[in-house]
Amino acid sequence: MRSRKKFAGFLIGVGSLLLGLGLVSVVPSSAAAPLVIPVQGVAQGGTADHSQFEILQGPFATGPEVTAACLTCHTRAAQHIMQTTHWTWEQKVNDQLLGKNNVVNNFCIALSSNEPRCTSCHIGYGYKDKTFDFTKETNVDCLVCHDTTGTYKKFPAGAGHPVYEAREFPVGSGKMWNPPDLALVAQNVGKTSRATCGACHFSGGGGDAVKHGDLDTSLINPDRQFDIHMAADGLNFTCATCHNAVDHNIAGGRYVMQAKDTHGVDILGRDDQNRASCESCHGLTPHRTDAKLNEHVARVACETCHIPALARGDQPTKMWWDWSEAGKMNTEGAPFKIKDAEGYDIYDTQKGEFAWERNVVPEYVWFNGEIDHMVIGRQIDPTHPVVINALKGSADDDKARIWPVKAFRARQPYDPNTNLLIIPNLFPNSPEDKEAYWRSYDWIAAASTGMASVNQPFSGEVAFVESVMYWPQTHMVAPKEQALACEACHSTNGRLAALTDFYMPGRLQHEGLNTFGTVLVGVVLLGVIGHGAARLILRKNNKKS
Amino acid sequence: MKYTKRTFIYPIFERFWHWSQAALIITLGLTGFEIHGTYRLVGFGNAVSIHNTAAILLLVLVAFTIFWHFATGQWKQYVPTTQKLGAVIRYYAIGIFKHEPHPVRRTRYTKLNPLQKLVYLGFKLLIFPIMATTGLLYMFSNTLGIPISPIAFLHVLGAFLLISFFVTHLYIVLTTGRTPLTHLKPMITGWEALEEDDHAAPQAAPEPSAD
Ligand code: HEM
Repeated sequence: MRSRKKFAGFLIGVGSLLLGLGLVSVVPSSAAAPLVIPVQGVAQGGTADHSQFEILQGPFATGPEVTAACLTCHTRAAQHIMQTTHWTWEQKVNDQLLGKNNVVNNFCIALSSNEPRCTSCHIGYGYKDKTFDFTKETNVDCLVCHDTTGTYKKFPAGAGHPVYEAREFPVGSGKMWNPPDLALVAQNVGKTSRATCGACHFSGGGGDAVKHGDLDTSLINPDRQFDIHMAADGLNFTCATCHNAVDHNIAGGRYVMQAKDTHGVDILGRDDQNRASCESCHGLTPHRTDAKLNEHVARVACETCHIPALARGDQPTKMWWDWSEAGKMNTEGAPFKIKDAEGYDIYDTQKGEFAWERNVVPEYVWFNGEIDHMVIGRQIDPTHPVVINALKGSADDDKARIWPVKAFRARQPYDPNTNLLIIPNLFPNSPEDKEAYWRSYDWIAAASTGMASVNQPFSGEVAFVESVMYWPQTHMVAPKEQALACEACHSTNGRLAALTDFYMPGRLQHEGLNTFGTVLVGVVLLGVIGHGAARLILRKNNKKS
Repeated sequence: MKYTKRTFIYPIFERFWHWSQAALIITLGLTGFEIHGTYRLVGFGNAVSIHNTAAILLLVLVAFTIFWHFATGQWKQYVPTTQKLGAVIRYYAIGIFKHEPHPVRRTRYTKLNPLQKLVYLGFKLLIFPIMATTGLLYMFSNTLGIPISPIAFLHVLGAFLLISFFVTHLYIVLTTGRTPLTHLKPMITGWEALEEDDHAAPQAAPEPSAD
């Protein structure tokens, strides 16, 4: 008897000890090592003071003259640039020839026949039409990336040149563009900055915040809440901290993306020398205390939880563009604009109707890094929205992860007889260009010259089709306190409701089983209630009788 | 002749086991169905942490309990028998309404009636192993690289069966005694007033130890 008693006591003792240990382990450990944040200064400095170089004393009449001076020391720099997509606007991916020269989008649609306007974001001087000399070294624009004064700006309609005498743009707006002091700019060159990269990349789609959803001028001087990496009061990263350059070739890009970096932390001499992925710094098990979160990394892109919304900054991003509404005139028969309360265009005779939004919940897609782009000349199926860039991947594809995207929707012109998306000539390339839509407001004329410029047929008829373009989100990473909580996805009608091709706890899947279980428990409950009620009633009857 | 006698029936380990298992299973059920998406209670993340912890504790508890059953011979309580099984089923289906006496008398040697033996054995050999196996596979599904959809299906199915058992168990325990406490109290104190004959003879299981 005694020994049995001791034995029972022992079991209870061990049991409660384990219970206690178990409970302790539920309490999250808060004793993580403090994070050391290396504070970087503004990316400047270097060992050469360019203001002391005689060849940079000027005066310079044009940009190419400055480039000629740069090349006297940096003799291979132009050759480097010429290898990059910043210069070629062309990139062969699998069998598709992509790049700005060859793709169609659903913003201003395509480059061809609109060059002087679009090429104000080319890294060269003078790309005003197809005759541009891609081999001439002095056509490379060094200053647009290496200016540190903030005074050098390419003129919006200058085919890549700044203005050399004061000009107004947009014409009639009263906004004057003054020529930069090229010698001053040349003497103050330095590393690229958020502002220099942003000069083009924050204005994709023709204006601040229009295109990407995760890139706009709020990133020039962001705070920690807005961008944990670029925060001027924090890590103060520039774009090039992650988008590192090797021989002027910048890591990262949107035609092929690394949807899943399996390298982990980049080690010099061993890895792909591409730091433009979260894993390049954070590794493959980035969460220090939660193994479950690390397991998510295999199927969920970091961005999905850590970029909780699109356009988290000051600017709203464009979400909708209806070209079919363009061309209306006001009562005086003149083109006009309508602005919303904040001053953003919601109607423009030249472009149609827009919708802007900030803090938008992204859409989510499986994405393995491969993109099928709409290229000039590919037929569409006008009975469905045209997918401009189909992001490939599915739950069954091991290379794919769930990514947040901005889905940009539009209605854009197509030829209902050939089922080709129309490349319209929008921008008047010269005083003689009477067909351009922004002068003629005539889709037929604009389509004729535009399609001719890419050697595509045009039947003479224009219709409009809905389209969608996906922008995987990678920037504006929020501090970890703002990362999505589990319920954002693990709930009925959560953020991943549209992704139904896999099982995920929290969203009441296995419907048949749920029905069966509910009925089973219901029947059992009713059964015991009925049983009990019958007993009560029969007992009363018994007593009475 | 018959008389009731205060009898020591549940040794302390058995009571500890019963109540901690009950607490853990209720916790697992509540958090489990939150994980499933049936309702929101403590938040998905918390539900997962609590569920995982409770599951591990339950496994440890059960490991000890299995050991206890064999070390004390109490496992024999669960050896199924068909003797009087029909009578017990008939009792719950008909006799209970007519105020007939329960056909099987509890003694400290046979704590479980034949129907209970069968149901509890089913719980131990079927439902619990399903829950533990699918639960562990669920827990390590990423490491093992196995799909969770079928695992979750079986785990949730088991959970529904378990709830059905739980409801029936509560109904019988709380309503078939003279008062709701009649059957509850012994599981707390260990002592129960049992009907005994003069000539009650020791049967399958050995006498439980008194404290
Ligand atoms: C030793 C036993 C058990 C183990 C090891 C276990 C383990 C697990 C695990 C790992 C999960 C998935 C959590 C996640 O999403 O990460 C889970 C879910 C769940 N558990 Fe358990 N569990 C056990 C017992 C139970 C019991 C006793 C019940 C019910 C009474 C239960 C009900 C559920 C339910 C309903 C889910 C949600 C499944 C889904 O919707 O996918 N579990 N369990």
